[in-house]
Amino acid sequence: MLLREVEYARPATVEEAISLLATYDGARPLAGGQTLVNVMKARAAAPDVLVDLADLSELRAIGFSSGGMLEIGSMVTYAQLMGSSEVDVSRPILGEVAATIGDVQVRNRGTIGGNVCVSDPTNHLPPLLVALGATFTIRGQEGERTVPADEFFLGVYMTAVGEGELLTTVNVPPSSGAGDGFAGLTIGKHGTYVVSAAATVAGDSARIAIGCVAASPVRATAMEDSLAGGDFSEAAVRAAAEGLGASLDPPSDVHGSADYRRRLAEVSAVRAVLQAAGRRKS
Amino acid sequence: MGAPVTSRSVSVEVNGEQIEFEVPTRRLLVHFLRDDLGLTGTHIGCDTGNCGACTVHLDGEPVKSCMLLAVQADGAKLTTVEGLAADGELTVLQQSFNEHHALQCGYCTPGMLMSATALLARNPRPSEEDVRYALQGNICRCTGYVNIVEAIVAAGNSR
Repeated sequence: MLLREVEYARPATVEEAISLLATYDGARPLAGGQTLVNVMKARAAAPDVLVDLADLSELRAIGFSSGGMLEIGSMVTYAQLMGSSEVDVSRPILGEVAATIGDVQVRNRGTIGGNVCVSDPTNHLPPLLVALGATFTIRGQEGERTVPADEFFLGVYMTAVGEGELLTTVNVPPSSGAGDGFAGLTIGKHGTYVVSAAATVAGDSARIAIGCVAASPVRATAMEDSLAGGDFSEAAVRAAAEGLGASLDPPSDVHGSADYRRRLAEVSAVRAVLQAAGRRKS
Repeated sequence: MGAPVTSRSVSVEVNGEQIEFEVPTRRLLVHFLRDDLGLTGTHIGCDTGNCGACTVHLDGEPVKSCMLLAVQADGAKLTTVEGLAADGELTVLQQSFNEHHALQCGYCTPGMLMSATALLARNPRPSEEDVRYALQGNICRCTGYVNIVEAIVAAGNSR
C-alpha cells in the first residue's frame, strides 16, 4: 500500500530525538511500527514527520537501578522481554504476557514503549503495568519526570507523554516475594482481549487492574480493600470480586455486550488474583 | 541534527548481496523488495499485518515486511524466500514441503517457509506445538495447516 507522504528522521541520540519531536509539528516517534505503520495505512493517523528511534541503543537496554527497580528501555521488544534473564528473575510475568502478544513476527518488532504509548484499551501491558505499580520515565526538553502507572494512561491513544516528549524507560519495582497473575478472555488463543485482568499479591495486599472495560485500565479498588485481610482462599477471592462488574461501565461491541464484560471482569479478576496469590513467596 | 527527509539512501544486505538504494521514506519494505529489487517471491496477502505472507528475515529474525518502512531496514541484513535455495538446491525444509504436499494454492508458502526456517534455526527439532506457536502469524487461507505442520516437524526430525 502507498502511504501518504511522510518525512523521516533517524536521530543518533535521545536528545536529538526529543529536539526533532519538539521542533516539527506533527512529529511522532516511530518505535517498532507494529501499530503505527498499520494505522498510517488505514489513514487513521497521519504523522507529518516520523522520528525513528531505531538507533537509540540506550532505549533497548534492560537493567536494574541501584534500588533494584527493573528498568526497561522503551524500545525493548516483546521478544527481548521473553528472553531477558533480568525480567525472569525479577518480574517473569512480563515475559509470560509478552509471549502471548501478537505473533512471532510482531514480537520481534513490537516494543513495550509502543504498547503503552498506543494505550489501546485492549492492549496487554497497560493493565499489567498498573497492577505491578510501574512508573514511566518521560524526557523532554525541560528535563525528565517520572509518572506512576495510575496517572500514565489517560485514555484511548492518550498517555502522560506530551508533545515533544519521549517515553524512555518503564520502571518496575522488584517483586520482593510478591506473586503476579494475568487472566482474561481473548478472541482466538492469543488474540485481542475482550476483557483482561492483572493482579499482584504482596503479603496481605493485592493490586488489581482490569483492561478493556474503559478507555484506560481500571483499578478494582473495592476488591483490593475486601482482600486486605489477607485471605486469598478461592471463596474469599470470589466473594471480594462480587460487585466489581456492577461498578464498571464497559462498552458493548461485536465481541461482547457490556453485561458480558462485567461478568468477565469478575471472573478474570478472580483468576488473576488466585494465580498471583499462588505464586507468592513468603 | 539530521533534518527530516522524504527520500533516503538505504544500505542493506539482501540474500548476501550488498545493495544501496534511494527510496521514498513512505515506501513499505515489501514494495522495496518486490518493486525496486524485483524479488517477487515475497507476497502481499492482506497488507494489514495479519497474514504473514510477506514474512522475511531481518537480521535473522522473521518480520512482516508490510509493517516496516524500507528506510527502517537501513543497515540490516535481509533474507527473502529467494535466499533460501540461493545455490539452486532446495533446503531440507523446502524439500519437506514438497514431500508432504504442504501447499495448495501456494500463496502463503513464502511466509510459511521464512517463519519455519527461523523456527528451525532456533529450535532444530520442534514439536507440533512449537510449530503451531511459531506459525501464529502466518495464515493459510486454503486451511492446509496439517500438512504444513507435518512438513516442518519432519524437516526437524530428518536432520
